[in-house]
Amino acid sequence: MYMNTNTRIIAPEFDFAQPKSLDEGFALMDEHGADARLIAGGTDLLVQMKMERISPAWVISLARIDELRAITAGKGLSLGAMASIKEVSVAAPVKAGYAALAEACNAYSTVSIMLMGTIGGNICNASPAADTAPALLAFDAVAVVKSARGSRRVAMADFFAGPGKSALKPGEILTAIELPEPAAGSGSAFLKISRVVADISQVCVGVSLVRDGDRITDCRIALGSVAPTPIRIAGAEAALGGQKGGDAVFDKAAEIAARDIKPISDARASESYRRHAARIIVRDALKTAWQRAAEGAAK
Amino acid sequence: MIQVKMTVNGKEKSGEVEGRTLLASFLRDTLGLTGTHVGCDTGQCGACTVHVDGVAVKSCNMLAAEADGASVDTIEGQAAPDGTLNAIQQAFQDHHGLQCGFCTPGMVMSAAALLKDNPRPSEAEIRFHLSGNICRCTGYHNIVKAIMAASGQDVSAIAAE
Repeated sequence: MYMNTNTRIIAPEFDFAQPKSLDEGFALMDEHGADARLIAGGTDLLVQMKMERISPAWVISLARIDELRAITAGKGLSLGAMASIKEVSVAAPVKAGYAALAEACNAYSTVSIMLMGTIGGNICNASPAADTAPALLAFDAVAVVKSARGSRRVAMADFFAGPGKSALKPGEILTAIELPEPAAGSGSAFLKISRVVADISQVCVGVSLVRDGDRITDCRIALGSVAPTPIRIAGAEAALGGQKGGDAVFDKAAEIAARDIKPISDARASESYRRHAARIIVRDALKTAWQRAAEGAAK
Repeated sequence: MIQVKMTVNGKEKSGEVEGRTLLASFLRDTLGLTGTHVGCDTGQCGACTVHVDGVAVKSCNMLAAEADGASVDTIEGQAAPDGTLNAIQQAFQDHHGLQCGFCTPGMVMSAAALLKDNPRPSEAEIRFHLSGNICRCTGYHNIVKAIMAASGQDVSAIAAE
């Protein structure tokens, strides 16, 4: 297949619009349908357009819709889809209550890409390697999706449909990502393995658990770069629910995760390496989250 | 065609661009500001780093139309009008922070963004901040030294080679 590898310019022409309100954005999306692509930070989309993997007739920027940038904490946390990865990484409520998400944002490529890339763009791009996805899955986040016809809420577990495919339907815009308030005794952690910091992950994991004394009362474990979409590992979560926390059960859950993922071999890592690395980082992330949950309870 | 207006290094500039025109192309080809270099063009090397409304961005990875109305700062605006280098540029010269010089405009602009937010960064903070700027001559130690020096800090503790 012909593949343009010249990335100096965007060769195909397109029209460009910067709506100032969501309603204006919906009207443009409805008018141009499948010919239009939304652009957020552009760190993924423009590179794909240079390589002619995507050649939309219209590019619609969300950068001028101010309401999409807000990060608001109340009961839980709402992240505007256009909040930059950097803004999310330094937001006080993220650092205080959602450690795995702060860590995922800090592991997200380099500083200049963190400044340009957005939380909404990261998940709408629907890469199996999206760094924020395992963290958002571990927190049971919900995507708030709006269109001219109304709004709906999509659980993060239902948001990823395949490599590059999200649950968004034509005319819809992701406006925010909502994270529920962490239960008392919660702890979380995110770990990523990549060749250098600028690379996407070979494997990454986000975990969140609730600790009651020496028991794990709730747990979510999600991995990236190990399947066609970021995924939760139900078997590993079930192995921990109600158990006494400790190295033995964390090792067991990590083994199940390494077994149940469906990694491929590609330029970044082999299948066997991904399984090996997944087992280690799942175990380590669980230990860290467990420790953090204890520290939280002590306060 | 799209009409854009932006303040570039303090001066009002305007022009016509296509939707597909990258900010780096507009700066280089339309405004003739060729100090902004284009290396990888995939957002990895950082040679095209400029400031848009005070935020360091990779200008090869932004459409010119997206910068309409913004204030843009490039390497050309760093020295004084009479050519006197600013503190960061002078420190790059003093500490041999460049070899071939291709990455230097991006390095200086990234360093400027760092020092604006963090006037006395640690060596580790400098290295983390520059992770999106690649130097093919691999002269990183002297670049880090230059930025330490530009922020008024002792550079003797940084590895020599």
